[in-house]
Amino acid sequence: MDFVTWATSPWGESILVRISWDLFWAALVGGVLFLLAHGSYMLFSPHHKREAGEVDRMEAARPGLPANIERHSFVARMFHWVMAFSMLALVFTAFLPVVGIKFAWVYWHWMAGILLTGSIIFHIIHATFFMDFWSIWVGPKDIPEAKAEMMREFGIDAPGPKPGKYPLGNRLYHLAVLVAGLGAISTGILMMSRIRQPLLERNPYWMSDVAYGFTYVTHGLTGVGFVGLIIAHIYFALRPEKLWVTKAMIFGTISRRQYLEHHDPERWVSTKVSTK
Amino acid sequence: MPAAIRDVMPAFELFQPTSVADTLGLLERHGADAWVMAGGMDTFDWLKDRIRKPRVVVDLSGVSELRGIKDANGGIEIGAMTTLTEVANHALVKERYGLLAQAAGLVASPQIRNQGTMGGNVAQDARCWYYRAGWPCYRAGGNICYADTPTSVNREHAIFDADRCVAVNPSDTAPALIALDAQMVIKRGGEDLVVPAQEFFVGPGVDITRLTMLQPGDLLTAVRIPGTWASKQFYFEKVRDRQVWDFALVNVASAINASGNTISDVRMVVNGVAARPYRLEAVESFLKGKARNAQTADEAGEIAVQGASPLRHNAYKVPLVKALVKRAIRGADEWTS
Repeated sequence: MDFVTWATSPWGESILVRISWDLFWAALVGGVLFLLAHGSYMLFSPHHKREAGEVDRMEAARPGLPANIERHSFVARMFHWVMAFSMLALVFTAFLPVVGIKFAWVYWHWMAGILLTGSIIFHIIHATFFMDFWSIWVGPKDIPEAKAEMMREFGIDAPGPKPGKYPLGNRLYHLAVLVAGLGAISTGILMMSRIRQPLLERNPYWMSDVAYGFTYVTHGLTGVGFVGLIIAHIYFALRPEKLWVTKAMIFGTISRRQYLEHHDPERWVSTKVSTK
Repeated sequence: MPAAIRDVMPAFELFQPTSVADTLGLLERHGADAWVMAGGMDTFDWLKDRIRKPRVVVDLSGVSELRGIKDANGGIEIGAMTTLTEVANHALVKERYGLLAQAAGLVASPQIRNQGTMGGNVAQDARCWYYRAGWPCYRAGGNICYADTPTSVNREHAIFDADRCVAVNPSDTAPALIALDAQMVIKRGGEDLVVPAQEFFVGPGVDITRLTMLQPGDLLTAVRIPGTWASKQFYFEKVRDRQVWDFALVNVASAINASGNTISDVRMVVNGVAARPYRLEAVESFLKGKARNAQTADEAGEIAVQGASPLRHNAYKVPLVKALVKRAIRGADEWTS
């Protein structure tokens, strides 16, 4: 298996061109294997969730909680779906030709990239000024939660914090998407200097061949990274025990019991009440 | 060091099959390692320059099944290994498809037409000299087009439909075949594919490393031309830097079905302006039902160049296309049948 693809100049020099498409197949197979492994584990594992009786007691202790609690605002949901659409468009336009489905993909690819860039700029502004910015980030403070969540996954009723608004898995996924997304966008903008488009002046010699080579490789690595990330995301979104999260990304709210069952009300104090 | 033509051929394993079945067996066995050679007019440059280094060469010159021109269902079928001289001089082709006879007769030089084949002419690779010199451009699997930069020498390159690569299709017979609504017969994996000539050629947006849909293992066996456009009014003109042994800067092929002075149907294709022969569908739509006169020709010329995007050194192709389209319409005296 090759990791990168080289070209040779007329002088016999090797020029780094892009990743090897073997990595795409590796990401695809890796994503599917993860899916199968996790699915098998979930079938037979003793993972532990909050007991119904405990949820009953928490519900009784919080009579003021509304029946439905807003988890994602309309604006946040719109961003999510626009970003999802653009990422799927990017991955499909990038890799369908690799698997043999030929079409004029470059135009659609950079258009989807512009949409993704715009949506992420919007998200950064929205999350910074209109959302609880730090609720999605991961840091050393999350180690106790990680330990407790791990124990619960193995069926042990471990003490320790329950998640705030976003479970640790969500936050780690967000971090991975952030790294891959910013990598893809920054390299993608540099790569646009080599194609015809109306936004940037075309200048294929703007950087050296070596710099372009690393740019193309980084872009490719983030691309195949997204293949795995998207497989994992769609898998978790469709898992029966996670459907309530998926529905919340469509309709915006979760029920009071879901709020108490899956979250720590002390760490996520919901101030927004749905009237639905 | 820069690529230079060497006098001797590089080492490779040479196969000279005598049947299509044997050829397909070889292509299946060697896959992408095999280089299919028809007349060799394109092949020898690649091999002697050491830009392409195939492990296996499959020489089709001994496959007699692939030679000849025959009547077929009201049209004709031309074997892929039929020489361009045979196509240009064949009585049936001249009588019914003068457009193709003229196009084939204007390819390169008599010597090359004696050796070059119908299949080789349509399947030949791009002549972009950066690509032919071994530069690792998009078409060669790289990530840059050396011909589309502020300092490039790009006089011969594309003015239409460039997508990263700006190389053009160099074939003279290709636009004539599309104008005649020909079909390409391809053997692929034990099946016969019959593909309209227009779809046989692909642009860089779809596949940046090939000019045609032929994949490793494929064999173009014949070109079929239906009777639909037989003996209509044809026009072919090739503009080149010198009058022999040269590729077209731009060529035009048109087939017109006219009732009196009114154009009832038309197919018009220019080549040398894009990576695939560029069918002027907007011009064709405009022309249907129009009188064949100077005004119609002028308007069609303007329509033909809409969307052209010339490079630094090839803006001359815009008025050239315009002029050729005008001549194809009004040049009644130039009809080849």
